[in-house]
Amino acid sequence: MEVIRFLIRNHTQVLELTLEHLWLVGLSTAFAMVIGIPLGIGIAHWPRWNKPVLASANIIQTIPSLALFGFLLPVPWLGARADRLAILALTLYALLPIIRNTYAGIRGVDPAVIEAGRGMGLTESQLLFQVELPLAVSVILSGVRIAVVISVGLATIAAAIGAGGLGEFIFRGLAMVDNGVILAGAIPAAILALLADFGVGWLERQLRPR
Amino acid sequence: MPSENPTPVIEFRDVSFQAGQTQVLRGLTLQVAKGETLVLLGRSGSGKTTTLKLINALVTPSSGEVLVNGATHREVDVIRLRRGIGYVIQEVGLFPHFTVARNIGLVPKVEGWKQDRIQGRVQELLQLVGLAPEIATRYPHQLSGGQRQRVGVARALAADPEILLMDEPFGALDPLTRDELQREFLALRQRLNKTVVFVTHDLHEALRLGSRIALMEAGKLVTVLTPREFIKSDDPWASAYVRAFGDGLESITD
Repeated sequence: MEVIRFLIRNHTQVLELTLEHLWLVGLSTAFAMVIGIPLGIGIAHWPRWNKPVLASANIIQTIPSLALFGFLLPVPWLGARADRLAILALTLYALLPIIRNTYAGIRGVDPAVIEAGRGMGLTESQLLFQVELPLAVSVILSGVRIAVVISVGLATIAAAIGAGGLGEFIFRGLAMVDNGVILAGAIPAAILALLADFGVGWLERQLRPR
Repeated sequence: MPSENPTPVIEFRDVSFQAGQTQVLRGLTLQVAKGETLVLLGRSGSGKTTTLKLINALVTPSSGEVLVNGATHREVDVIRLRRGIGYVIQEVGLFPHFTVARNIGLVPKVEGWKQDRIQGRVQELLQLVGLAPEIATRYPHQLSGGQRQRVGVARALAADPEILLMDEPFGALDPLTRDELQREFLALRQRLNKTVVFVTHDLHEALRLGSRIALMEAGKLVTVLTPREFIKSDDPWASAYVRAFGDGLESITD
């Protein structure tokens, strides 16, 4: 097979681009979690914010990725390095599933459990960390899982602005009209997505409350 | 105030509560004495649950004052107040991700008790509410409805609170289990001498468990009577209850 031979011949570059890809996806997912989980918790407790926050995240999601990369290009510090830009864009895209699932997870906790906890004299932060988050964790992680899988795919487009990753092969293959080279980028990306899906899914099952 | 009536444990002074446009509670004045079981009896929407939640500050009055041991909620730390009040609700609200032992031991734990003291207390409480010691390691979903409610009661008693608030705790149980738990409640009350406020819409339960019955209707306190007075009362609301629940009520109060 053409692809296999290409992958073997270029294995150092494949590895390099895969690591780059992981770097883009990993860092952006981490940022999205750091921003999205507190936001989701916030809107679950102050419902008046849930519409504006979810709507904003929704709107970001509707911007075509190439256009978003383009919009961000002239931004001073960000535009200087393509990977910064790609990480920001991927973070923005990952926000929606993470915010929405955090919100849904916290709201899904049985109100009787919250009332009992509050009535027993738990403080709001004890309620959050000992009751709400542990009970919501598997729903939150399933949001993270969706975000990661989307990011692995989207990150291939980041190669269009020179941010690297497995998209390099895809764009090179497109330019060369060589399916083998396109697949050399697409197949490892697909495998990454599956592995990430499986990995976060496993974690989700481990942390699921009984 | 009569001399045989020292500072009430719980006192409502002209308390009203409004939620949005709805007047849930108006002008409630009521005292609960130490060691008594006051039953709040009324239909759904009569304001009895709100009255209960005013005591542990889950609800803040729109006007008037609620005092526990002579202090208003504004004068005390609400978290401390709640830890000194046991709270049992119909849905139980056990933490599904905690074992029975952790559920019961949570308040002692956040109060900083040592681990072996908590364990001892958990075993003591399981025995008190009639559960086998091995229940401690189970999760709530592995228990029956009656067992869950027993754990709920044990959890409320964990830090040995002076006051116990119970919101239709036996309402969701089958009649046999309910009867059993009511009987155990009476035995428990004799041993522990807690001040209890108990919400129910069931007159049988009210007559059986209450030292006094506070009858509520549409956000107002209608009357406060002992069970014996209640069945003979000519108050229109009280007699409507007695009629609705039928004959044989006298036997309960004996």
